[in-house]
Amino acid sequence: MVNNISAANDDQSLLLEMRGLRIDGMRDDQWHQIVKGIDLTLHRGEVLGLIGESGAGKSTLGIAAMGYVKPGCRFSGGSIHFDGIDMLAASEEQKQALRGVRIAYVAQSAAASFNPAHQLIDQFAETPVQHHQSTKSEAYADAKDLYGKLLLPDPERIGFRYPHQVSGGQLQRAMTAMAMSCRPDLIIFDEPTTALDVTTQIEVLMTMKDIVEKFNTAAIYITHDLAVVAQMADRIMVLRHGELVEEAPTRIMLANPKQDYTKSLWAVRSFRKMPALNLGQNDTQPIISVQNVTAAYGSLDILHEISFDLYRGQTVSVVGESGSGKSTTARVITGLLPPRLGQVLFQGQPLPPDYRNRSKEQLRQVQMIYQMADTAINPRQRIRDIIGRPLSFYLGLNSQQVEARTRELLDMIELNPDQFIDRFPSELSGGQKQRICIARALAAEPTCIICDEVTSALDQLVAEGILRLLDRLQRELNLAYMFITHDLATVKAISDEVVVMLKGRIVEQGSKEEIFSPPYPEYTEKLLSSVPQMDPDWMRNLIAKRGPYR
Amino acid sequence: MMSILRLIFQRLGLGVLVLFAVSLIIFLGVELLPGDLCQAIQGQSATESTVAACRKDLGLDQPAPTRYINWLKGISQGDFGTSLANGREISELIGVRLSNTFFLAMVAAVIAVPLSLALGILAALYRNSWFDRSVNVLTLSSISFPEFFVAYILILVFSVKLGWFPSLSDVSPDTPLLERLHKVFLPALTLTLVVMAHMMRMTRAAIINLMASPYIEMAKFKGLSRSHIILHHALPNAWAPIVNVVALNLAYLIVGVVIVEVVFVYPGLGQLIVDSVQKRDIPVVQACSIIFAATYVVLNLIADILSIATNPRLLHPR
Amino acid sequence: MNTNLPSKTQLPFNEAPPPARPSKFKLALRELWKSPLSAKIGILIVLSYIFVALFAPWLTPYGESEIVGGPFELWGEKYPLGTDNLGRDMLTRLLYGARNTIGIALITTLLAFLIGGITGILAAILGGWADQLMSRVVDILMAIPSLIFSLLLLTIFGTSIPVLIIIIAVLDSTRVFRLARAVSLNVVVMDYVEAARLRGEGLGWITLREVLPNIMPPLVAEFGLRFCFVFLTIAALSFLGLGIQPPTADWGSMVRDNATLISYGDITPLLPAGAIALLTVGVNFIVDWFLQKTSGLKDGQ
Repeated sequence: MVNNISAANDDQSLLLEMRGLRIDGMRDDQWHQIVKGIDLTLHRGEVLGLIGESGAGKSTLGIAAMGYVKPGCRFSGGSIHFDGIDMLAASEEQKQALRGVRIAYVAQSAAASFNPAHQLIDQFAETPVQHHQSTKSEAYADAKDLYGKLLLPDPERIGFRYPHQVSGGQLQRAMTAMAMSCRPDLIIFDEPTTALDVTTQIEVLMTMKDIVEKFNTAAIYITHDLAVVAQMADRIMVLRHGELVEEAPTRIMLANPKQDYTKSLWAVRSFRKMPALNLGQNDTQPIISVQNVTAAYGSLDILHEISFDLYRGQTVSVVGESGSGKSTTARVITGLLPPRLGQVLFQGQPLPPDYRNRSKEQLRQVQMIYQMADTAINPRQRIRDIIGRPLSFYLGLNSQQVEARTRELLDMIELNPDQFIDRFPSELSGGQKQRICIARALAAEPTCIICDEVTSALDQLVAEGILRLLDRLQRELNLAYMFITHDLATVKAISDEVVVMLKGRIVEQGSKEEIFSPPYPEYTEKLLSSVPQMDPDWMRNLIAKRGPYR
Repeated sequence: MMSILRLIFQRLGLGVLVLFAVSLIIFLGVELLPGDLCQAIQGQSATESTVAACRKDLGLDQPAPTRYINWLKGISQGDFGTSLANGREISELIGVRLSNTFFLAMVAAVIAVPLSLALGILAALYRNSWFDRSVNVLTLSSISFPEFFVAYILILVFSVKLGWFPSLSDVSPDTPLLERLHKVFLPALTLTLVVMAHMMRMTRAAIINLMASPYIEMAKFKGLSRSHIILHHALPNAWAPIVNVVALNLAYLIVGVVIVEVVFVYPGLGQLIVDSVQKRDIPVVQACSIIFAATYVVLNLIADILSIATNPRLLHPR
Repeated sequence: MNTNLPSKTQLPFNEAPPPARPSKFKLALRELWKSPLSAKIGILIVLSYIFVALFAPWLTPYGESEIVGGPFELWGEKYPLGTDNLGRDMLTRLLYGARNTIGIALITTLLAFLIGGITGILAAILGGWADQLMSRVVDILMAIPSLIFSLLLLTIFGTSIPVLIIIIAVLDSTRVFRLARAVSLNVVVMDYVEAARLRGEGLGWITLREVLPNIMPPLVAEFGLRFCFVFLTIAALSFLGLGIQPPTADWGSMVRDNATLISYGDITPLLPAGAIALLTVGVNFIVDWFLQKTSGLKDGQ
């Protein structure tokens, strides 16, 4: 199944080689294999993409290149050679001499990985100075140069700031600069843009790719996002459950995946909702009408004059980056945050601003599904209690009716009632937990469901299943959805209407067709053009079009 | 810098407020007495006239707010009133004893703090080693021992069997320093043992917590040496937790003093308060309580301020 | 194992759910079997103390405060551990002491948890001014060292067992309040609590069904630690002559009454002190193991 890749790199010498690598992790006092015999080769100047869903072992594999395993893990077989050095046999001192100098690491959360007590430039200079590569003043000069190359604002002085004084995207680039400080042969990027907004992500990706090319550094790029890896990598390895599924140069892999699993990963963004049939025609009155809502935390207004309507059988997507106020809008509708101005109507009647003043019936009509299914269901309650409570609470069903209805609901969300009704949440996978949240919302027999980033914590295949389920339920039960998301692919898949938010204001709203066809307003354009595409040339073209980022 | 000063002044203000509240509680506590102080003192033998005379003596004929203010005024000038048991000035009773107690606590702290910080940090750095495990079992046992158990074992071994140190720490103001240290050794050792276990365990937990931070892992990935990681990456962030541990345990030491002083018949504040409780000499108990409480509040306040002053996020605001 | 029903939305690749858990009882037994030596010793100690406390009248040769011989008689056949300062049998009083000392400490701790636990959870759920008010009151109560505070209150209210229990329970409940509030705050921000609020659930449901089950592990561990603390405090007060009053047999006051023997090299007074120490060691060993089981890093707190 492994394609022959040597042709592309004939002139390059081998830098990293793993043979049959096995790594164990400790769970419940027992060793379990988390990397199950993987072969990996990397040549000088080459960028290898490691892609897979959570639990695929891709981060573990990436860190292993430094001869390191996290506490609670161990190497249990195979070999790792870095430039001829046996990393599993090397002493701690030998590995220390390599780390930071010849192999560098860029972590997912730059905010947590910088020491809060030191200036950025000192943390930059630390590696070359401690490893006797250069003097402190040389390192400082080099840092400023690299900050400039990574397009950080004010490269002469930004290094003298502390980590909490710069933004997330800037911090991620400062960490890339730090990794470059000794001009390593290999950099490991461990999901470096996952925590960033989409418009910030593209800036970081561009500069990272640029600097890796400038210094001809080899890199391992770890991510779960196909479109991102398509931009960054020369070659892609697809991992699943600690095993290699498929490996090929990027273009070949994208154009012609061989394995079923890879194909299903590639196809994942193909889902499209059928357009709502009765859009506003036979329902003249919206279920929910948000009218001129201005809301504030303390004295600071964070929502400004928000208005939109929600009809039965229809999905309104509210899209925006972090801090745009999309979740706050949901809090206003549910009554957790009474608005300062404006009101929310339910079927033409104003809802009391505070949920505590709403009747049981009003509460029942609007249900909510959360981003993190893990924290949205009580880990100490069984599935039967989680789904059963709204049934007895709102509908007054007796225990036999509750049992029967709970089983019906489990069938609706495609989980076998006999297997699942007595389980605890910890005995479910992430996607199954999200399904339980959906069942709990349905149990109340609502007319409207607010979905707050319900798929963004899930792997793509699982997320796709949830979207399909929600779509089917909407058609069967004529539900209205308000779909909060930052992911434009999800918006395309599920919406009828789209509301684009920026800094607490609506910058554009209309039907999906209107939003996703030109001409776009400036922000929507930026948002749309920043979403990475599966085309490996997409970023290069974008750079050419936008010019160098400032 | 401004925000940090403002925070510190806020804490200081809060500290003063807490002290007031504490004094109010200690004052009001006595008001809860069934009847009043004079009836309590005279008990069965009380008659109308003797109680009235007593009330006039103690100023109890005045309304409570006035008495509270007078009491506070007195304290601020070092005047705690007079003892009911022997009619002496309380400030006289307290004076020497207070310095004795602080001397004992100081000796214990000087031994305990550096030793337990060092051992705690070592246990954290060599987590799950045999050293860490035996330290864990030892400290777990010794925090379980009542102070008097430790004290009597030390007496049995070092005083009765070996005869190296006296079992009575009867110091007086003119005892020379060396002799004083000799006499105070066993009580100080008792306090040290009791406090050290707590302090070590807390230090260990704080350091383990710190070493699990992502920036420590990042430092490892930068190939930095272990000593460099500890000195440059862990230590600057460790001040706040360590200072808290020390302050908390010094405060604990102040309380432990009470029992140790009774066992060794050491003329300190702790013994005074126990004697006075037995005699129900309420003004003396009040005075001692407020001194203990004030020390406790001030120690916690210092810890609070130090951890603000070492927080990099506050030192370098956006 | 594919646990999903076949359906049109089925995708070829599903996440594997974690395996179903064995029963709680089996899990507990397995954990117990795997527990470190210190925890096993701890359990053994606690069980034997409970046995002695329950069956003291059947285990003892004499009555609790019966004077059976001269003061300070030596260890011998008639009096296995000698007699005390009033000529009462040491062994008898030691065994009865288990009953009194542990019983009173247990009642006090339970009371402290009832007060502190409920107010702490409520403060976290209610938030706002109610939380502010309760927290500030607790802050101020905690600003006075608890031993000193109890000495002051004992002076005012006199020493009797009910007064002792109430004073120590109230003072100790401030610590329970702090912990219960802190751990509840972590739970209250969870989406499932928000979901329950938005469902329209009352305070009772949220407290008992949503929050309480999720804070049980830290509360149980804290119960062990608090019990030790209360137990030691009462022992200390009794040792100072201000706690449990004669003729009730109690370990703290037994040490005090017989302390003079130490200066003759007699270890008898160390026995009740050792009895106190051994029980707290046992409880602490169990709590330490429990804490390490339920949370990786909290040991030592």
